[in-house]
Amino acid sequence: MNPLLQIKDLKTYFRMDYGLVKAVDGVSYELNEGETLGLVGESGCGKSVGALSILRLIPEPPGEIAGGEILFQGKDLLKANPDELRDIRGNKIAMIFQEPMTSLNPVLAIGFQIGEALELHRRMGKGDARREALRLLKMVGIPDAERRIDDYPHQFSGGMRQRVMIAMGLSCNPKLLIADEPTTAVDVTIQAQLLEVIKELTSRLGTSVIIITHNLGVVARYVNRMAVMYAGRIVESGTAHGVYSKPSHPYTIGLLASVPRLDKPRTSRLVPIEGQPPNLVNLPPGCSFYPRCSFRVERCTLERPELRPVEEGHHAACWVDVRK
Amino acid sequence: MIMQNDALIEIKNLSMYFPITKGIIRQHKVAEIKAVDRVSMVIRRGETLGLVGESGSGKTTLGRCITQLLCPTSGEVNFEGVNLCTMKKEELRLLRLGMQIIFQDPYDSLDPRMKAFKIVAEPLLVHTKTRGKALADRIAELLQIVGLDPGMINRYPHEFSGGQRQRLGIARALAIHPKFIVCDEPISALDVSIQAQIINLLEDLQTEFDLTYLFIAHDLSVVRHISHRVAVMYLGRIVEIANRDDLYLYAKHPYTIALLSAVPIPDPEVEETRERIILTGDPPSPINLPPGCSFHERCPGCIDICRMEAPELREVGKDHRVACHLA
Repeated sequence: MNPLLQIKDLKTYFRMDYGLVKAVDGVSYELNEGETLGLVGESGCGKSVGALSILRLIPEPPGEIAGGEILFQGKDLLKANPDELRDIRGNKIAMIFQEPMTSLNPVLAIGFQIGEALELHRRMGKGDARREALRLLKMVGIPDAERRIDDYPHQFSGGMRQRVMIAMGLSCNPKLLIADEPTTAVDVTIQAQLLEVIKELTSRLGTSVIIITHNLGVVARYVNRMAVMYAGRIVESGTAHGVYSKPSHPYTIGLLASVPRLDKPRTSRLVPIEGQPPNLVNLPPGCSFYPRCSFRVERCTLERPELRPVEEGHHAACWVDVRK
Repeated sequence: MIMQNDALIEIKNLSMYFPITKGIIRQHKVAEIKAVDRVSMVIRRGETLGLVGESGSGKTTLGRCITQLLCPTSGEVNFEGVNLCTMKKEELRLLRLGMQIIFQDPYDSLDPRMKAFKIVAEPLLVHTKTRGKALADRIAELLQIVGLDPGMINRYPHEFSGGQRQRLGIARALAIHPKFIVCDEPISALDVSIQAQIINLLEDLQTEFDLTYLFIAHDLSVVRHISHRVAVMYLGRIVEIANRDDLYLYAKHPYTIALLSAVPIPDPEVEETRERIILTGDPPSPINLPPGCSFHERCPGCIDICRMEAPELREVGKDHRVACHLA
């Protein structure tokens, strides 16, 4: 079976006054039908830019997809023309953004905004689109949906707005849903609700999901496979079980060690990753993580490590075998 | 660390209501938001009191009322036995020397047109007579204490990374030797790999300078790590307060229990077997609070009395107080 989405050596660069920012620099991964993939990393590591590149939503200029392939159902999206792209965006691939207030139009009623995509992609009439929007609102758990369908975004709470975004994302029954930090702007109890809704609905509809987040707990709870990004590259990938039980890149090890855990006895001191995330304009030659790495050897400063298998289906980009 | 039991700060029946007005020329009050509602608690000398709750629960407002950045509607804030709420402005200015705030967003809380030197020097220029060489030395010392290179004093905030900016904010707070610091979500804007650095720094400073912290956060695992006691807020009221281990191991309030179960744990194996309580609904609007317990609409164990009568905080164990009819 061919994977639903195959990303090969994707490079997305931004030409800024102060230099060339290599936001995504040679990223490859694939996603099978019905699978949930987690992309983890800190701000600026390129996880969002990578996702926006899939939908060709990178502002050009200053951005530019400098190389690679994005094969969706076998077709390269980088070669698609605007009409083909319109047919894909919101229809076959949908996206949920972090900030539901800025991604909804404040002057249009919720029902209309959900119906818009249905009218465009599924050629529904106004009445049908409205009925479908109502069904979707009920599906994502908006109470009293009949009355609220004509409300405006400001009349909804943050969690409810994000539910509306999920309804919109799933309205055309997409093959792939990209959720970019879907719960960063909401509280933990609401986060649990929203992720439960996404998980339940996508598994029912057979939708593949890419969840982009910096929260290691969210990944552990909801994804099958994951990729850890650092400075525009994937440094480790594998099943969630594999990566969490045997982290094989110093960065992943550092991240897991630096967060306090509720299920473990309280430690007297946290072990942080020293130093700062790198500046993407002047990346050091060699491995981008070596200035902060406690395992570094001389080779790390000279040559950049590529992803290599450490186990069946588990890859890490490190010169040192840190698991020894 | 030696825990002393005397209270540095004692809050009695503190309320902060914000009026909602209508009309342009003749404004009149139509309702009020009870951001903080009859809160009483004690912050002990040398401890870290963690304050958790969802956004809108009044954590930040409570922190600002304690430091008198907001003037509370009613109630008392006693700092070393002196009630701050009845102070005159000039007296208050002197007492403020003892308390500082570290803000959430290191991008918004530093003036972009001030250099690092000026940012850290400002409290010293306002409150003390330190000038010239002594001032420069003190600032270099402060930067060193928070782990910044003193050679950076001539840089502007945008030249620092998020974590470094937060260190600058901490240096500013430390400048006048405060006894008490309100840390208002000091790490939520920072990257995961930087958060641990700042937490460790705050812990070191506490030991070194005998600081007392009110640590406001929504991340329960971080709060457990740093706090000696923890208070949980919901819609302007404290619903549970206890020693750290009692709260995390023997939480009594259904909201605390749900909150703890909602925190995802970074380990797929633990997550698979873990029991989760997913609360239904959103917190109600603080303008139209339901009668009875403000949590009853979302509470899995709600009974009749919860809909009619608001529970008061009562003692359920040593130093463990809960506001729930069922506890």
